[in-house]
Amino acid sequence: MKLDFQHTQAAHCENGVTTSLLRHHGVNQITEPLAFGIGSGLFFIYIPFMVINNGPAIAFRTQPGLIFKRTCKALNIPVERKKFSSKEEAERILMQCLAAGQPVGCQVGVYYLTYFPKEYRFHFNAHNLIVYGKENDNYLISDPVMEMATSLTSYELERVRFAKGAFAPRGQLYYPKEKREVTNEQMKKAIRSGIKNNIRYMLHIPGPITGIRGIRFTANKIRKWRDKLGPQKAGSYLAQLVRMQEEIGTGGGGFRFIYGAFLQESYAYHPLQELIDISTQFTKSGDIWRSAAVQAAGIYKGRIGSQADFNVMSDYLYAAADIEKQAFQALSKIKWPA
Amino acid sequence: MRLMFQSLDFEHLALFQNSIMKKEEIPQDLGALGKITGEICYAVDESGKYTTALSNGWDVKTSALEVAWKDVEERIESARQKVKNKEASPLLFFMELRVMDIPIVAAYTGFWKWHVKKHMKYAAFEKLSASKLAKYAALFEVSVEELKTMNKNET
Repeated sequence: MKLDFQHTQAAHCENGVTTSLLRHHGVNQITEPLAFGIGSGLFFIYIPFMVINNGPAIAFRTQPGLIFKRTCKALNIPVERKKFSSKEEAERILMQCLAAGQPVGCQVGVYYLTYFPKEYRFHFNAHNLIVYGKENDNYLISDPVMEMATSLTSYELERVRFAKGAFAPRGQLYYPKEKREVTNEQMKKAIRSGIKNNIRYMLHIPGPITGIRGIRFTANKIRKWRDKLGPQKAGSYLAQLVRMQEEIGTGGGGFRFIYGAFLQESYAYHPLQELIDISTQFTKSGDIWRSAAVQAAGIYKGRIGSQADFNVMSDYLYAAADIEKQAFQALSKIKWPA
Repeated sequence: MRLMFQSLDFEHLALFQNSIMKKEEIPQDLGALGKITGEICYAVDESGKYTTALSNGWDVKTSALEVAWKDVEERIESARQKVKNKEASPLLFFMELRVMDIPIVAAYTGFWKWHVKKHMKYAAFEKLSASKLAKYAALFEVSVEELKTMNKNET
């Protein structure tokens, strides 16, 4: 059984799953940047005291699952999402969906994901892919980060669907419940509310660890890492920061470039010059993040490593925070035509 | 300018700070993922319009991943020493070998976290029942014999 489904590659797995599933359901306007922006995907958070893979817990994007949820909600598309305690039940429902012609988004862990290179297989449980058919014992898989569609045996799929640890997927599957056409008027509204919510997440969440304040918080921490952790561990921490920022799925520059692309694409729906101008600010921010990554690489490769070098690293983050703050403030001042 | 991300020229980094990520500047330093698939990157073209292109990897990322694996190897090595000195049980070694931590081991085996922690001690490990050992062995994908002796060619 193979559903008529078009595999498309994306920078980020959840954006990709959202885009492909919505397109399959007749939302022809949707693209990866639009899904990311409407889902208010841009974020920053540094969770203190939490340790992931023996490094700091930092994210450049919103919590897993939210982009799909928010984008569908903004476009008024009802969503089905299920978790399972039984593996048999999880497979039965999956087969039932496929039999009904419904490609299904699944949350999976990457440690046992056989088609990934070994170097990428850590215990990370918030990866997303689409199952779009089954041939013999092989499930047909559309993994948005891969150029080509691939497949997993039923045992392999069960294993990744029931990976354990933080964000354990528990067999989770999700899909839009109905085919619905979305009007351009709805797209306009969704874009506007996506931007508005993102402004709130980046500027107005109370506390020091999220959004712009989170970036500054991290910048301040980095200054202290060398003395507090010693040069080697501080280097490992920076390496982890770079991995969160640049590894598969970010589109480069910690999602900042994707957001820039989103604002440019929004212009087609809201012809406001501000969107184009603010887009370049996100490009600049992404570039600063990338320069910071180059600086970090100098440190964790041992080429440089004085306190002054950590200070430079920290200054990059302050610079990115400044630009992003201005950009979101500018977005909040846009006068949207009624 | 075009090569800015390939040739890491730290002294002159400040000069590039304001340059824009252009499509032709998307790095192509073959990494582990690059051998299997290109990754989509977003960048601007000559007219300033956003577009996507495939990247084979970026030196900065590859080395960040190497740092992470070097840390893992160090932890495996230190666990091996601890087991040798009977300061820890082989479970610690296999946990590090499989890049797990105690919550993950507990979640897969169904044991309480504090039980797993206890089993990491050499003395407690020696008293483990056959069924518990079998559970751990299954998780770490080794035989019970290999679990006890740590005679396993690491893969």
